[in-house]
Amino acid sequence: MKVSYKWLQEYLDIDINPTDLAEKIARTSVDINDVYSPSDGLKKLVVGHIESVEPHPDSDHLTLCQVDNGEETVQIVCGAPNVVAGKNVIVALPGARIGNNIKIKRSKMRGEISEGMLCALQEIGFSEKIAPKAYDEGIWFLPDDAKPGESVFPYLGMDDTIIDTDITPNRGDMFSMLGNVNDIAAFYGLKSHFKTLNVKENSTTSTADLIKVQIDDTNLAPTYKLRVINNIEIKDSPMWMQIRLWNAGIRPINNVVDVTNYILLKYGQPLHSFDYDKLPEKEIKVRFAKKDEAFTTLDEDERKLNEQDVVVTAGDKPAALAGTMGGLDTAISNETKNVALEAAIFNPTLIRKQARRHDLHSESSTRFERGINPETVETALNEAAELIAELGNGTVATGIVTGSEAAINEPKVEMKLARINHVLGTQMKMEDVTNIFDRLAFDYNVDGDTITVTVPARRWDVSIEADLLEEIARIYGYDNLPSTLPEQTSNIGALSLRQNLIRSSRHVLEGEGLNQAISYSLTTNDKAEQFQIENHGTPMLLDYPMSQDHIATRMSLISGLLNDIAYNIARKQKDVRLYEQGRIFTTDNDGIRPLEQEHIAGAMTGQLLNNNWHQENHSVDFYDLKGIVERYLENMSLSGTVTFVPSNERAELHPGRTANIKLDDQLIGFIGQVHPQIAKEYKIPETYVFELNLEAIIEAPKQGRHYDEISKYPSIKRDIALLLDDNTLNSDITAAINKKGGSYLVDVHLFDVYQGAHLPAHKKSLAYTLTYQDKNGTLTEDQVNESFDKVVSYLTAEFDTEIR
Amino acid sequence: MGLREKLDELRQQGLKDVDNSEDLDRINDIRVRLLGKKGPIKEALRGMRELSADERPKIGQFANEIRDDLTKAIDKRREELEFAKINAQLEQETIDVTLPGSEVAQGQPHVIQQIIDELVDLFVGMGYEVAVGDEVEEDHYNFEMLNLPKDHPARDMQDTFYVTPEVLMRTQTSPMQARMLEKHDFSKGPLKMISPGKVYRRDTDDATHSHQFHQVEGMVIGKHITMADLKGTLEVVAQELFGDELQVRLRPSYFPFTEPSVEADITCFNCLGKGCAICKHTGWIEVLGAGMTHPNVLKMAGIDPEVYGGFAFGLGPDRFAMLKYGVEDIRDFYQNDVRFLTQFDQKG
Repeated sequence: MKVSYKWLQEYLDIDINPTDLAEKIARTSVDINDVYSPSDGLKKLVVGHIESVEPHPDSDHLTLCQVDNGEETVQIVCGAPNVVAGKNVIVALPGARIGNNIKIKRSKMRGEISEGMLCALQEIGFSEKIAPKAYDEGIWFLPDDAKPGESVFPYLGMDDTIIDTDITPNRGDMFSMLGNVNDIAAFYGLKSHFKTLNVKENSTTSTADLIKVQIDDTNLAPTYKLRVINNIEIKDSPMWMQIRLWNAGIRPINNVVDVTNYILLKYGQPLHSFDYDKLPEKEIKVRFAKKDEAFTTLDEDERKLNEQDVVVTAGDKPAALAGTMGGLDTAISNETKNVALEAAIFNPTLIRKQARRHDLHSESSTRFERGINPETVETALNEAAELIAELGNGTVATGIVTGSEAAINEPKVEMKLARINHVLGTQMKMEDVTNIFDRLAFDYNVDGDTITVTVPARRWDVSIEADLLEEIARIYGYDNLPSTLPEQTSNIGALSLRQNLIRSSRHVLEGEGLNQAISYSLTTNDKAEQFQIENHGTPMLLDYPMSQDHIATRMSLISGLLNDIAYNIARKQKDVRLYEQGRIFTTDNDGIRPLEQEHIAGAMTGQLLNNNWHQENHSVDFYDLKGIVERYLENMSLSGTVTFVPSNERAELHPGRTANIKLDDQLIGFIGQVHPQIAKEYKIPETYVFELNLEAIIEAPKQGRHYDEISKYPSIKRDIALLLDDNTLNSDITAAINKKGGSYLVDVHLFDVYQGAHLPAHKKSLAYTLTYQDKNGTLTEDQVNESFDKVVSYLTAEFDTEIR
Repeated sequence: MGLREKLDELRQQGLKDVDNSEDLDRINDIRVRLLGKKGPIKEALRGMRELSADERPKIGQFANEIRDDLTKAIDKRREELEFAKINAQLEQETIDVTLPGSEVAQGQPHVIQQIIDELVDLFVGMGYEVAVGDEVEEDHYNFEMLNLPKDHPARDMQDTFYVTPEVLMRTQTSPMQARMLEKHDFSKGPLKMISPGKVYRRDTDDATHSHQFHQVEGMVIGKHITMADLKGTLEVVAQELFGDELQVRLRPSYFPFTEPSVEADITCFNCLGKGCAICKHTGWIEVLGAGMTHPNVLKMAGIDPEVYGGFAFGLGPDRFAMLKYGVEDIRDFYQNDVRFLTQFDQKG
């Protein structure tokens, strides 16, 4: 709410710098958006008196005005159609700064000297939405008694300071001057001089004879009251009122509508004024709208209502969208003579949803949503009726017609002093507590160390002990609370084994050169389904997504990483090495929610070492990524045996360059080249990926940190080269070597793979170094030869091989 | 010329030759020539037979002295020449040490991960446990158990991706408050937990909005937990992340699951409170929301709010990273441009 500092000063004896006041409000009540003066950035704007107006000799729309600017009479060229001699206007003197930081200079316009500029409100910073409509097309006229040469700011209320508050949902009371005055009075310990205007019912007509109200469902309108003001004259409201409205961001319209808005600002009570004579029937009701019921609101928008909308009707015909916007047919116009004035409390939830549904967030709906003070409904109605009658020379009919009236609820809450100090960590005495409630003007009763507080209805956000503790804490001042740390627990703080393994997994992959990516978990249906380790079926879909790009929960991390690679490729970043650790969502479980699994995945494309003067260029290949995965799994110290088994059944991967990764018999992931067709769809070049199910790795038995004694005895090496069919798997050969290697074989190392010109077609050569060592003694040549010969003869027998 | 004179001349000439030799081959030649079996010293000593018995040992001793002198001189000269030779060779081997070193592949943790890890370590150090929740939650835990019944206005502030009326993408990490309250054994002492993770809002992605972001939730519930403890804890967090010269300011706020609720601001680290564009000229930057756990939240989890109480807080690592490093577009965190990811490599 845009709170006027000057208006506050009417009710409170404060003389504090508004910026300091705003800081105090922020620390004690509600947040502050901004503190500003409407005149910020403007200068040299003075009252001018137009002495004469003549047409510009060389223009059909410009005029030459002789203007008394207080110092002298000067000529100013003006283009406004409403300019007229004898009026006081806003003059921007040469050197002035007007809205949008524009500087005004002495100039010549079509040959005629212009010593400044005559201004419309929009030209000195007023927004189009706020400047009165009557002056839309022209310059603004200041009061006739304004003194030429004086600053215009006081005449327009622009010398005020506005504290723009940002109100949390609980503090609906702060949407009024009354609420602000009460809170500021409380935290500064001031006395409020808030004044209420009483109504003089100066008509013999009884309201009840003019109109009836029938509220069948008090859930829709817990309070509903009407007054009628007769024989009024519609005109502009006085300047002081217009200033209050526009400084609060509300456009002045006429004396009736302005009064309702003024009261809304003062009490936080929205009012609605109907043109009494245009009400088709003089019986007001509140009901739910009918399906597709048509209704044209004030903004001339014909709306289709639904059964959740709440309407105020005259007879059965809608006259207002309750608490949100009035109807065009019954709106106040320049011809209005009699006004029916509504003060009500509508159901906050229904109003909130309705305002949202129709995108009609008004000053009224905002207040109904946050709650209305039941104590001031009638006060506000009376003051408004009185003001309308005064400003429109009308009469107020006798009595209020009440359709419903909510009970005023003033809960009593009992608290012990020890409890207050226990929760807040303070050492307050009872008199400190009572002092706070005195300031807040909450009634209370003290009995020993117990205080019973009666919460006034104007603070409907306060109803339980915790709410009162907040009142105490904020008025006591959060700055004054001590700072301590919670008691220590007996358990030591530590990551769980699972959390530790996940963290180490990240560190290992980073050490191996992969950058951590965090991609979107929500993706397209197609992508969400891709690259699953095990086929869990189809992804979970959102019921009401925001965009087709984020509609389903991912079932692998790879698809997100490929999106990331595509993003990099599109930005000419060709060498990309990423990993991601995060959740995937499977749907083949029984619960109402998917099963969430921690996965880890990587993707690499481009050059491993690029254009380095010292190292050869090397495009990423399968084995680069496999090395990373092998090293990572080695670090995880799994007790079981990891194997890479060729797989040609994964649709998203190259059928000849993909392996399932198994831990003993369990499938824990895969590695491979992205299928060229899929790569094309993602718009990425040759890319290699892996994905591992971290849950399986977390659960798998571990060897843990351990030490193997280093043999003191020398090792003996033997090399063997085998000529094999080119589809023979290395894993089969090493398995065979290990099988027949004997107990001294400690290592089998592949040192060469050759395929090419020197070999027959469809043949390849694999060369291994076998290392033999005994922990307990020095091996003899004979022992090693015996073991090695067994391997050679086994390989010769098992494989169609030639030992080279 | 007597034998002694002859030997002395040999010494003078030998030392001169050694001094004048400029390479190792020449030094070797000299050694062989002077000290070898057929060398002049041996030769001279052969003439000793002609000397008297008392002259003989004197000359012998003199000859040995000369041999030692020459040997020392040769060894010294050889070392000098070897050293010079190595130096010459090393000079040949000179490289441009200003050329860049070989590339070493090293990956970096994501900046948001770094902030989360930093917070996790901070809280683990204070005895908190880390409780990680599910990203697909039940409405019951995401809202109802947090004092946000179906029609609560605060639900409008958090637009939600629903899957079914009862299942949703969690909009906050706060459901872990309710789940941990239900699970914790209070006979073993207070609950102190921190819960980092991804959350989702039904938002259109732009520079300042993301349908996916991160939160870190914290909660402490026990018999003697005070609002002063909350204040002290928030100060530790803010100062750990942004520097301990900064002030912390608490402001009243509103969250359905805490009462009193506060928002914590820190002195703007950019202008140190003078006012700048980053803090929108307020001198303060909002960093987290917190409050004393609402009695309804405790009650719903089956905990007696008369006996137990405490605080909860939540903060956004994405926002922290944006503030701290001046990242202007939140989408940068999720698009994973390698030029973005590799920047945050400072480990010191």
